[in-house]
Amino acid sequence: MRDLLASLDGLRERLREIPQADERRLQELKTEILGRKAGVLTDILKALPGLAPEARKAAGGAANALKREFETAIDARERELAHAARRIPGVDLTMPGRPQWRGGLHLVTQVVDEICEIFRELGFTRVVGPEAETERYNFFALNFPRDHPALDAQDSFYLGDDVLLRTHTSPVQIRTLETYRPPVRVVIPGQVYRRDPFDPSHSPVFEQLEGLAVDEGLSFVDFKATLSAFARKFFSADTQVRFRPSFFPFTEPSAEMDVQCQICMGSGCPTCKQTGWMEILGSGMVHPAVLENCGVDSERYTGFAWGMGPHRIAMSRHGIPDIRLFFESDVRFLEQFAGLVR
Amino acid sequence: MIVSRRWLEALLGCALDARETAERLTMQCAAVDAVLPLHQELDGVLVARVLEVRPHPNADRLSLCLVDAGGAEGPIEVVCGAPNVQAGKTYPYAPVGAVLPGGLKLERKKIRGVVSNGMLCSARELGLGLDHEGILELDTTAAPGARFLDAVPVADHQFVLDVNANRPDLLCHKGVARELAAALGAAVKLPAIPGGNPAVVPSFRPVAAAQGVVDGVEVRLEDPEGAPRYMIAVIRGMTVGKSPAWLASRLTAVGQRPINNVVDATNYILHELNQPLHAFDLARLRGPAVVVRRARPMERVVTLDGVERTMTPDMTAICDAERPTIVAGVMGSAESEVSEATTDLVLECAYFQPTRIRRTRRALELSSDSSYRFERGIDLLGMPDALRRAIELIVAVAGGAVREPPLDLWPQPEQPRTVFLRPERVAHLLGVSVARGEIERLLSSVGFVVAPKDERLAVQVPGWRPDVTREVDLIEEVARLRGYDTFPDEWRPFRPSAVPDAPVEHLLARIREQLARAGFYEARTIPLGPADGPESVEVLNPLSAEERYLRTRLLPGLVRRVEHNWSNRNRDVRLFEVGTVFRRGKGQGAMGTGAPEEQVSLAGVLTGARRPPHWTEAAKVPDMDIWDLKQHFELAVGLACQGAAMQVAADGVGWEAVGAGGEIVGRASALESDAPVWAAPLFGFEVRVGLGAPALQQYRPLPATPPVERDVALVLPAGVTAAAVSERFRRAAGPLLERLEVFDEYRGDNIPAGTRSVAWHCSFRDPARTLEQAEVDRLVAAALRVLEDELDVRRRES
Repeated sequence: MRDLLASLDGLRERLREIPQADERRLQELKTEILGRKAGVLTDILKALPGLAPEARKAAGGAANALKREFETAIDARERELAHAARRIPGVDLTMPGRPQWRGGLHLVTQVVDEICEIFRELGFTRVVGPEAETERYNFFALNFPRDHPALDAQDSFYLGDDVLLRTHTSPVQIRTLETYRPPVRVVIPGQVYRRDPFDPSHSPVFEQLEGLAVDEGLSFVDFKATLSAFARKFFSADTQVRFRPSFFPFTEPSAEMDVQCQICMGSGCPTCKQTGWMEILGSGMVHPAVLENCGVDSERYTGFAWGMGPHRIAMSRHGIPDIRLFFESDVRFLEQFAGLVR
Repeated sequence: MIVSRRWLEALLGCALDARETAERLTMQCAAVDAVLPLHQELDGVLVARVLEVRPHPNADRLSLCLVDAGGAEGPIEVVCGAPNVQAGKTYPYAPVGAVLPGGLKLERKKIRGVVSNGMLCSARELGLGLDHEGILELDTTAAPGARFLDAVPVADHQFVLDVNANRPDLLCHKGVARELAAALGAAVKLPAIPGGNPAVVPSFRPVAAAQGVVDGVEVRLEDPEGAPRYMIAVIRGMTVGKSPAWLASRLTAVGQRPINNVVDATNYILHELNQPLHAFDLARLRGPAVVVRRARPMERVVTLDGVERTMTPDMTAICDAERPTIVAGVMGSAESEVSEATTDLVLECAYFQPTRIRRTRRALELSSDSSYRFERGIDLLGMPDALRRAIELIVAVAGGAVREPPLDLWPQPEQPRTVFLRPERVAHLLGVSVARGEIERLLSSVGFVVAPKDERLAVQVPGWRPDVTREVDLIEEVARLRGYDTFPDEWRPFRPSAVPDAPVEHLLARIREQLARAGFYEARTIPLGPADGPESVEVLNPLSAEERYLRTRLLPGLVRRVEHNWSNRNRDVRLFEVGTVFRRGKGQGAMGTGAPEEQVSLAGVLTGARRPPHWTEAAKVPDMDIWDLKQHFELAVGLACQGAAMQVAADGVGWEAVGAGGEIVGRASALESDAPVWAAPLFGFEVRVGLGAPALQQYRPLPATPPVERDVALVLPAGVTAAAVSERFRRAAGPLLERLEVFDEYRGDNIPAGTRSVAWHCSFRDPARTLEQAEVDRLVAAALRVLEDELDVRRRES
């Protein structure tokens, strides 16, 4: 009995050989120790029934535990050797993988989608409208006076007497209010046209993104909450926001929203003209005349609206110096911003 | 619009911090684009008293001055070339080491053999004007050695204001000061005019008439629509000359060049009170009469800038008894202008109709400080005060006298406007309740006159605020004067939008994403270009001939973008665009005549290698060909117009997609382009995007039985298409044929001339049982019989 336990101890020493064993040695060890016919441990286990009950219990427990240890160790070493076998000798794994052409969405599309997605979380749906509009939709319903300078042919592209390429996406506000009863909460992306020749910061065509909320009880507080929430989601959670007076025919009170300059984070730099602020959007409470022009009761309903330029936002956020790059479609430019594709 | 800090301080009677003021104005009424310090570079200049003036030993025109500049070392010697230097007077002195405007750094140097310790300076040398005839004599009690900037009020800041179009009142110092006064709890008071006396102006009242005579000058207001209120004063016996320093420095502080005392005085009033004035020489006025009328067709006047202008009856002209002397509200003529010889002056103070002035300015392409203000609307009610102050100022700086009360023609007098405000409406719109008392205080602080009226406030609008016409305008005043920042931005409950998403936006997003995944970059090209089809819509006022039409298709624009890429040596180009195209409307569109039809289109262009090269493949990657085009065209058609069928184009070049009504909704082909020799072939497709609801996919059970596969090589006579063979094969083989795919084409030896061999892979399956080989052989044989009978297509002998 004592011999038996001693030989088990001796056998346990041999566990150490396993992690170093190569494929052949491992098979030899397996046969020598666990072999069904002449394995050392197998023999010990076979001899157990001949022992006295007390000794059988003690030796049997120890022998079976050792057997499990050998099995586990051999198993682990076998897996290790199999994994190593997958290494192909002489292959340089730093060589490039098989490539595929990449494609991507235009940066302006991505910015528009990103902004619309943020406003979707704030309860806004997404609508669009025609690019050729009448003066009524583009100007008069929006409370532009008949003699407003924007109506001059110097500023807008005209297609007919009172048909022009929309100068902003605001006509879609009118179309929406004419079609749906409040509550209205919409964002309106789209292309707009101004009679400005191309230069680094102007284009005759550019993207605009407008928003409109009209319902009972909407106030200046809701307006500020909504647009501040947008700015903090779009830029960063601790972005400073400020609202200051402005003027648009279709909002009253009107406001300009500035966010902390994203280049200098507010300390002042050439990009923000040392003010520490970046102008992001024009906005305000919907002018009651606009609601009245759409047949909406301006005593009962109030609302807010805003408009911003995704090109300009993209330019300031990504450091793009010239708006023409967006239209030239050089694939090297498009490729730089393809990484954001979902 | 530029305002001077020092000028504002004079109106407010208190000192202002430049940065704080800029911040306040930005947050309360008008953004300050820049704060520009003035004359800060004179930091090193001191006040010095000349103790003694001696002739220079070696030069007749120079003198040697003993100067007390406050230094501990006592008087110093300075060489001076100015004829006006006098002992006992004080002058600006730039010591050695000081840097003057323009960058001149003073050094101790010998002038004609005598060392000069610095320099006594002229106004021009200090950047304070053009005067260089002598050194600048200072009228100051400051002790020698004091900083020049502390002793003389020239250090200033310019605020560059971005004034909104609805706030003409902010186009002058008084208006800006009014806003600051409201914030500071101060009052605006016009500073006394040095040497002025308000009593020189006889009192006058408006007359509801269109003509009158003042001091021998006949005034006729024949165009009261263009000039609703028109005032004339006559000042006789004045002397045109240089402005006093205080007046000149006010003007230079806002970037205006002093001209003469009369012109400077009118400019001063413009910048102080926003009232443009026009002064002209009575001696050159025929009649003497002032006639305000519409210009006659082709009537000409040579404006001050020396250009001959042709007027139209849409413009108002100010004329003498014979001909126009002023384009009303825009610019006067050289002929009637005040000159050195002028002694008697006609002073015009008018209100011109804003739209009229704007149109005139645009038509003549001529703008001025006056037109800028008139077209935004000046203070109709404040004109008499402005005229009084202008007369007082002119008499103070140029002498002369007013013998008769000015004439104030106002055929249809207007009363101040009253707007009613419900205090509860303020809380309703702003979301924060503002006490009635605070509302009254805020409005009063900028000149509104507030009185209770029933439950409301009756608010009288001052003349300088033409923008305030309804209740909501007053609510804006409350909001901005209280400060937009004082309103919380807390979330309050809201109802979800009743407006559904535009379905087309979902479709377009899906299309964009799929094309991007297929390796295409999205382009956004401009929709303006040359005509690209007979239905092109023309822009009436294009920027250039090359951008005169709206696109009817996206492809031409994309081809231009490919050419641009080629010019940048980009050979592999895959672009797509989703955008609006325009076609001439039928005339009864929703928007009436002239409105084009709009349609969303999807187009793509592809050229270059089929895939990027990889080092494991020795051979050059092949360029994309028509089969790559077909693949992407099919993708585009599947995305953009569900249910459209593909067919070979009628002209045999490329393919067409045909809609349910038989109309062609898409095309794909190789494209013509201006390609460099190294470019690969260019292909393109364009599909009209139609909104079709995609059918809901229903689950089909996954078969558990094995397929039986066969490859069949067939010989197709000339003119027989693969599509025709596939169609008959399917029909003949029946429903057990699960898949049928072309996998090879062969032309050449071993098959009859003029034919080609095409090989199909077929896969049969019965979901309910395992098919027998023999059964499949029978189906294939049946199909081959049909092909032979109908198309003369036979199995290829191997």
